Amino acid sequence: MSASTPWTIAGVRAALESKNVSARELVAEFYSRIEKRNPELNAYLALSPERAFARADRVDAAVARGEALPPLAGVPIAVKDVITTRGVRTTCGSRILETYVPPYDATAVERLEKAGAIVLGKTNCDEFAMGSSTENSAYGPVRNPVAPDRVPGGSSGGSAAAVAAGLAMAALGTDTGGSIRQPGSFCGIPGMMPTYGRVSRYGLVAFASSLDKIGPFAATIADLAAVLAVIAGHDEHDSTSAAVPVTDYVSEIERPIEGLRIGVPEDYFGTGLNPEVKAQVQAGIALLEKLGCQRVPIKMPHTDYAIAAYYIIATAEASSNLARYDGVRFGFRVPGGTLTEMYRKTREHGFGPEVKRRIMLGTYVLSAGYYDAYYLRAQRVRTLITRDFADAFERVDAIITPTSPMPAFRLGEKTSDPLQMYLADIYTVTGSLAGVPGISVPCHRTQCGLPVGMQIFGPHFSESRVLQIARAFEKAGGFAVESGIS
Amino acid sequence: MKISREDVLRVAELAHLELSPDEIDTYRGQLDEILTYVDKLRELDVTSVEPMAQVLFPDRGSQTHAANSHPELREDVLRPSDVSDAVLSGAPDAAKPFFRVPKVIDR
Repeated sequence: MSASTPWTIAGVRAALESKNVSARELVAEFYSRIEKRNPELNAYLALSPERAFARADRVDAAVARGEALPPLAGVPIAVKDVITTRGVRTTCGSRILETYVPPYDATAVERLEKAGAIVLGKTNCDEFAMGSSTENSAYGPVRNPVAPDRVPGGSSGGSAAAVAAGLAMAALGTDTGGSIRQPGSFCGIPGMMPTYGRVSRYGLVAFASSLDKIGPFAATIADLAAVLAVIAGHDEHDSTSAAVPVTDYVSEIERPIEGLRIGVPEDYFGTGLNPEVKAQVQAGIALLEKLGCQRVPIKMPHTDYAIAAYYIIATAEASSNLARYDGVRFGFRVPGGTLTEMYRKTREHGFGPEVKRRIMLGTYVLSAGYYDAYYLRAQRVRTLITRDFADAFERVDAIITPTSPMPAFRLGEKTSDPLQMYLADIYTVTGSLAGVPGISVPCHRTQCGLPVGMQIFGPHFSESRVLQIARAFEKAGGFAVESGIS
Repeated sequence: MKISREDVLRVAELAHLELSPDEIDTYRGQLDEILTYVDKLRELDVTSVEPMAQVLFPDRGSQTHAANSHPELREDVLRPSDVSDAVLSGAPDAAKPFFRVPKVIDR
């Protein structure tokens, strides 16, 4: 086995233990891949080779001493640039944090490294995770490795592209309204949004606090489960993290799915859904039926209101969270004669168009006289959408939908019309509002070779079940991708 | 029309954004379109529906553990926090132990 063959987490472990490869060689191989592909893809914004090789040497020393290796020993991983890394620049894809070097690691990063994973660098994303194409990065767009004239999706487009191109074995992304699942779908890899509170957000730069989640991308469901098992669990640094036990996702994914009831909401298959995506997801549902699942038609009557509720709530929270970027504490400052002038010039220069648009919208819906009509109403509608899920989960074990109404679109195709871009998030924002876990798994591709993603939702904290269904689907359909794609 | 040029200027002031004349026009049009779209929420009668501010609440789904997901608060004990140098080192203009800003009060 050479360092350039395809890798899985189990494969890395076996190769390290049998001394067929060292962690140092593996990290060097991934950096050489990055050197070749990243200039075209722009998936990574910063690399951390010093830190990565130091970590690799620790793994190799453990191997030399014959120690038992931790679960992710030697696994090269990428981290979305909205997640803090001590001593490694963290820009959030924004000009305003161009020079920001965090003094601490996010809990998810700390847990990954403690489990032996090796952080290769930071991945590109829409500015402050606001976008669905990664075209809103201040550092240029990311290209989809499957079709370089197309977007990788967003906002975690750099993380998805890095894994899909074999420039990392797994990656951390964040999902507020679909930012892991939709790029996973566009790039043809699995990506998972865990239950709200399942993964600590300590060190995640806040966008919309009632919706933000950290989650993994990987090439296979087994690898996805292995990464999630490491990052999940309560953290005393995040009061919103849940004290619900984390089970052994990796062994549980092989459990049979026969007899499970899968809900198929007709509300997700209506107008606006690309016919090829529809056909592939329906074929996916048929495959699950063949595997013994029972298909149950369901209704989720408030789906049509999810985009409106989501964009009010998310922008309101964003306008508040982003008030902290004022030229005082982080990043850069544009000088001004007065304090207010300094704030304004710094923010005007430091934020890109989409971020400003959302701050404006969020400020408006929270402003005097409009709060009840917009924000409070949206919060009430959020209750109705959450009830749709609770009602459905009284009858079914999981819900199957398309991840995105369309496959990856071309760069620049949707940038001129923000509302059209928002509307494309329709199938992902519902679960975000309800706080349930959701995964996007690859199906068969479209005729011109573009990946299609199928989404699986489960009840709160049912990650294990959702992963089981995803694994059975991957196995039966032969959808596992290899992270050694050349 | 949901939002006027004056509204845009007022919101920009609240949000501490100094918009160019082009941006004012662009955002006015785009915000107008978005606000018109989100008006569809008015189709729903939500008067008797509780607003939802966060996810972890005891909901009706019996399968959720959410109700008990935050069983206790940690003990309230003093711990050393020696982060001010690290934090100030990321500031554009620090005069330890302070952040320096333009003069706020003139006299």
